[in-house]
Amino acid sequence: MITKRIIPCLDVKDGRVVKGVNFLGLRDVNSPVELASYYSDCGADELVFYDITASAEGRGLFTGILREVASTIFIPLTVGGGISSLEDFDRVLKCGADKVSVNSGAIRDPELVKKAAWRYGDQCVVLSADIKRVDGQFRVFARGGRDDTGIEAIGWIKRCVSMGAGEVVVNSIDTDGVKGGFDLPMLEAVCEAVRVPVIASGGAGCAADFTELFRKVPEVSAGLAASIFHFGEVKIPQLKAELRQNGINVRL
Amino acid sequence: MTAIIDYGVGNLFSLRSSFAAIGEQAEVTGDAAKIADADRVILPGVGAFADAYEKLCQSGMDEALRRAAASGKPVMGICLGMQLLFERSFEYGEYPGLGLLKGEVVGMEGRIGPGLPIPHIGWNALNIKRPGGVLKYVNEGDCVYFVHSYYAAGCEDSLTATTDYGLELTASVQRGNLYGCQFHPEKSGKVGLSILRAFCELEG
Repeated sequence: MITKRIIPCLDVKDGRVVKGVNFLGLRDVNSPVELASYYSDCGADELVFYDITASAEGRGLFTGILREVASTIFIPLTVGGGISSLEDFDRVLKCGADKVSVNSGAIRDPELVKKAAWRYGDQCVVLSADIKRVDGQFRVFARGGRDDTGIEAIGWIKRCVSMGAGEVVVNSIDTDGVKGGFDLPMLEAVCEAVRVPVIASGGAGCAADFTELFRKVPEVSAGLAASIFHFGEVKIPQLKAELRQNGINVRL
Repeated sequence: MTAIIDYGVGNLFSLRSSFAAIGEQAEVTGDAAKIADADRVILPGVGAFADAYEKLCQSGMDEALRRAAASGKPVMGICLGMQLLFERSFEYGEYPGLGLLKGEVVGMEGRIGPGLPIPHIGWNALNIKRPGGVLKYVNEGDCVYFVHSYYAAGCEDSLTATTDYGLELTASVQRGNLYGCQFHPEKSGKVGLSILRAFCELEG
């Protein structure tokens, strides 16, 4: 049966991984290539590279890095950050990305999801949604969680899936950074609404949070996190061993 | 040299890189002469069946592929490339395929039961039905990476491995010099690279 995926997310600025990463044994802890290879060897099932560069020069460095990672690591790579046109899709796919995640770009132009799915296939388009509760409603936020768009999240996700998004990353702003566990009610609501794989993001603080996620919301396909992996608070081999001990199917 | 057929479908960066990683020469090409000269041929593909089949035919690569298949050299279809080898597909209608393998491509919707996401995306274990060939270095239960909503059915005569997703889905096939993987060996880590290596070791 299909395994639950564990996905580390790396923020890249000007071709370097940001948010200090403290692993032993890495020559260059900010090198995306070294980190990608480290995570791949640890058993990460997929990697997400999030480009937080604003300049054209930084974008160029990013695609250079992507090319290098994709030439050495043979697991799925998703790229996000500043994707707002088909040209952006093209740019990263040509450099070895397998999937492209859209967030604010889709809010500005929802047709982007449809156009990209038509050209590159549904499997290539990942909808990433930053969601926060406002007045008892799940609301979509834009620009890295700063702006309330006023859009109701479940309807938004359904609309994007019907236009061809092949996967959905649900990032709960309410639980993000709190390290108290994933936002299970929000994830349940999304899983009920769509059939495509749902990836949980925001809130993981320890290995037990992943066990709880996959036990209580078994429809969720994957768990994504950043700092807890980068700071070594949760190590992927131990996490997967613990998940397996708890009866959750993972790739070892 | 391995020819990776370029017919304007899909992302060939990783496929080309994965051959480089195992030290094998591979060229992405839409040139029929190069495909005729190649020791072995890969038919890649992602996206929708009908669109890919049309592009394959428009580019003349369908004939290049048929000639390669008839020559006896190893030919392997990957993902949609494998599906194209079958007789027909029911993706968004009913469309003919190359008909080089017996069987047809059908949707998971309504067949795999509720509760399982569609597409089938992620790492899933292989149940080996017929070892050897490109599965030479693969062990029962090894995981590989799948991304698909349609699968090959009625292909018992060529089935070499399945994977469990609500039901036993076709994961890989072989008949004579024709091979196919529903999963992506170029995205399946070490197991995937071992499959490409075994493909390169096949005798034509």
